[in-house]
Amino acid sequence: MPKPEHLYFFIDPNRCIGCQACVQACTECDTHRGHSMIHLEFVERSRSVQTVPVVCMHCEQPTCAEVCPADAIKRTEDGIVQSARKPRCIACGNCVLACPFGVPELYDDRQIMMKCDMCYDRSSIGKKPMCAAVCPSQALFFGTREQIAQLRPMSSPINRFQFGNQTITTRVFTMVPRTLKDRQPWVDVTAAMDDHPFDRAVMLRLLPPDVAATTVSTDAVDPFGGVAV
Amino acid sequence: MATIPVDDRRITERFGPHLSAPTGQRLSTSVEPERLVKTHCCFCGQQCGIQLKVRHNSVIGFEPWEEFPFNRGMLCPKGVKRYLQGAHPDRLTTAVRRDPSAPHGFSALKYEEAIADVAGEIDRIQRTYGHHAIGMLGGASLTTEKTYLLGKFARVCLRTPYIDYNGRLCMVSAGAANKKAFGIDRTTNPWSDMVGTDVIWVAGSNVAECSPITTNYLWQAREQGAKIIVQDPRITPAARTCDLYLPVKPGRDAALFAGVLQLMIEHDWLDRDFIDELTLGFDEVAAYCRQWTPARTADVTGVPERSIRQAAEWWGTASASFLFHARGIEHHSNGVQNALGTINLVLASGRIGKPKSGYGTIVGQGNGQGGREHGQKADQLPGWRDISNPEHRQYIAGVWNIDEKDLPGPGVDAYELFRKIDAGEIKGLLSICFNPKVSLPDNTFITRCLEKLEFYVAIDFFLNDTARHADIVLPGSLHEEDEGTVTQVECRVIKINKAVDCPGEARQDWRIIQDIARALGRPHGFTFESPREIFDELRIASKGGVADYSGITYEKIEQQMGVFWPCYSEDPQTGRPIDHPGTPRLFERGSYNPIAKGTGPFYFPDGKARFNVAEYQPPVDDASDEYPIFLTTGRVVSQFLSGTQTRRIAPLVNQYPEPRIEMHARLASKFGIEDGDWTIVETRRGAITLRAMVVTTIRPDTIFIPYHWPGQKSVNQLTVAAQDPISKIPQYKVCGCRFRKADGPPEYVAVLEPQQ
Repeated sequence: MPKPEHLYFFIDPNRCIGCQACVQACTECDTHRGHSMIHLEFVERSRSVQTVPVVCMHCEQPTCAEVCPADAIKRTEDGIVQSARKPRCIACGNCVLACPFGVPELYDDRQIMMKCDMCYDRSSIGKKPMCAAVCPSQALFFGTREQIAQLRPMSSPINRFQFGNQTITTRVFTMVPRTLKDRQPWVDVTAAMDDHPFDRAVMLRLLPPDVAATTVSTDAVDPFGGVAV
Repeated sequence: MATIPVDDRRITERFGPHLSAPTGQRLSTSVEPERLVKTHCCFCGQQCGIQLKVRHNSVIGFEPWEEFPFNRGMLCPKGVKRYLQGAHPDRLTTAVRRDPSAPHGFSALKYEEAIADVAGEIDRIQRTYGHHAIGMLGGASLTTEKTYLLGKFARVCLRTPYIDYNGRLCMVSAGAANKKAFGIDRTTNPWSDMVGTDVIWVAGSNVAECSPITTNYLWQAREQGAKIIVQDPRITPAARTCDLYLPVKPGRDAALFAGVLQLMIEHDWLDRDFIDELTLGFDEVAAYCRQWTPARTADVTGVPERSIRQAAEWWGTASASFLFHARGIEHHSNGVQNALGTINLVLASGRIGKPKSGYGTIVGQGNGQGGREHGQKADQLPGWRDISNPEHRQYIAGVWNIDEKDLPGPGVDAYELFRKIDAGEIKGLLSICFNPKVSLPDNTFITRCLEKLEFYVAIDFFLNDTARHADIVLPGSLHEEDEGTVTQVECRVIKINKAVDCPGEARQDWRIIQDIARALGRPHGFTFESPREIFDELRIASKGGVADYSGITYEKIEQQMGVFWPCYSEDPQTGRPIDHPGTPRLFERGSYNPIAKGTGPFYFPDGKARFNVAEYQPPVDDASDEYPIFLTTGRVVSQFLSGTQTRRIAPLVNQYPEPRIEMHARLASKFGIEDGDWTIVETRRGAITLRAMVVTTIRPDTIFIPYHWPGQKSVNQLTVAAQDPISKIPQYKVCGCRFRKADGPPEYVAVLEPQQ
């Protein structure tokens, strides 16, 4: 049974509190019991508590499937990119290297690639994937476009990602501030990978926006700048 | 004889904590559960609804319970993995007795024999030294039925005044402040009221880690336009994206509230009508605040003046608002003053008792609310009654069918109870749901006290760190092995449902208590056949009290998905029987309560709320030349309290295996410490060696250590036993410390697993 057409997955890292309920719950899903298919990344723990939950983005043209020499990765008609099929996967790791989002992982012990399949046994019958069901900050949300529009008036879903010359459109959406989407309706991933992405990637609003807007360097927004050691 | 029978490590070999991981039918993808049991998480005060998967009398997993309105399926990692506490290799399935000749210090004995021994020792001690020579310690993770029974057992069966509970470490500052200001001790609104408000002030609460589900309410409120203010010495996950972060220096909260109120007064950001009509005491508070100029407030609190002004403006000019606080401002020797400081801000704004405006204390333990209402607290009787009030005593003596003269008076707080053990006044101890050797401050003193006991009996499902001192440990029940009620953070009374039976000779805790009463030959009042029977008596005992549960039934809880107290069986206005739905929101204008009798919305005879001068005082054992750094303590998301349960669950231990010393990079570099280095922290009480975690998300004059671990990893070796004079809460959140890089790893690294 396919995943119902009207249900989508939305990620809002701005909400993420790093609690790992998603990681723990992922291991409880019957499709991959005992293994978590979701990664929770600290952007840079020494400088921020910002974390980012990483699930499979379920690309419309999945790079992982395109580079698979064994044709082991299938995208079902409902848009879900499935884990590698056991009889076909040769554990070559091409998909691991090629995925622009860094999602698939190779399991050496069983010689297979496994990745997030949106808890297919759950989502295909209209249930929420484990991670989105439990997420206490709802940084991971599973529901309809109408629901997300009603619940999140300050942000908009985006599903186009620019990696240099490659544009990827995904089944999973990322929430961005509404004002940003109007300016640029895609996420330029490469541009965020320059040497000093900190100012943009990890934003701490310490003061009202008008004051913060005048500050430029990261030192200036150090809330503890005035604390003597 | 309550010394540890054999070397600690030999006890650990047999009794753990060992790690439970998903194996067997819990890991199999083909195993279908026989049934799903709708119940709640066994950990924090959020009390998330959860469905447990049950097969072959074992909990094999969980399924989100999306219909339960508070959390709608959401859970934190502890809730997700809670099921792994069942069928655990460390589980006590028989009673055990202290036995230095046994290889691991304890030997099993028959349950009946253990009960007889316990009763014999209690009887001997009480005959020799008097009734007062037995002390009891309870806990706020127990169901309300159990806490009610414990209070009754202490007063009626043991006839000792000395009972207190681990909520003394948790909710008492908030409770005392609420009582002084409102006449009732309760969060004022359901959490859903937050969405649609203008400003939310979170004072001293790391909601992301300590009450994770509350985060979604905060974020939803923000989506609807609310500004979030977070006051904390650390940039917690909620502080990271808040609208205004107030990086307060540990122990300076009351000064911050006074400074903000002063600005509100200067700018006339006040609800004068509300203050005049519905409160008392504003002028005294205003006079006190006058000294708290923005400059002085900034100087004392470490919060930049412009941030203080911004907070005052946002708070002062909002049209709807919420203020929440938790242990961050409450765990202080002036914790009640801190809480009163927040209440003054709320009362001055007049924004309380309305659908989008309120005030709340975020409870820490599962039954942090219900556990403090029905009689295991030293000064309380059921229904939030006062044990010193003659009328209250008379009523409860009537319910219990005893002579009022035989009802003991107020006891002492949990820490004072240990001082009485130290002084030789208390010779025997019965504890349940409390692990003071890990959780009380300056716990070297606690160990010394335990060693002085003539007899100690603990009831627990695992051999917790304190129970290692016990002469006898009776095998109690896990959360999923019993039923009963719990009152969660919003004051919604909910129902815990039984999923599996107790293993081996383990018993439901209320049966154990009654078995002791019977063996003592004092069964009168302890012949309940079920938690429902206990609850029915509790309903009568609470009737007419402030925490009136008389209209609550198990059926009503199920139908309504929880019932907010007060819930009356008789209309307080007319006295006629009523099918009362409960009270989700307090203090609404025109509302009737049995104390004010229509004179006003607050729970005083005149119906008015009280402003209280909330005086700032520097902490006891403050940072000094000798100990120049602030030490503060708290929780991490994957562990709970003293870790008796969560340090036994592998996926939770793996998430954050051992305590680390969180410190700012500038502070670390001054001492030549890098991330991961072994570091020694010292206070006037002791020293601890842990790894450093170097970050820039904490005040550079402050270090943070989580408290969930025992022995040499316990930060409560370092904390100070200073207590608030009113609430008696310990000052966990600040003391002076110093530190240096260690020469190498401590000795325990080679012999202990991370969770031990």
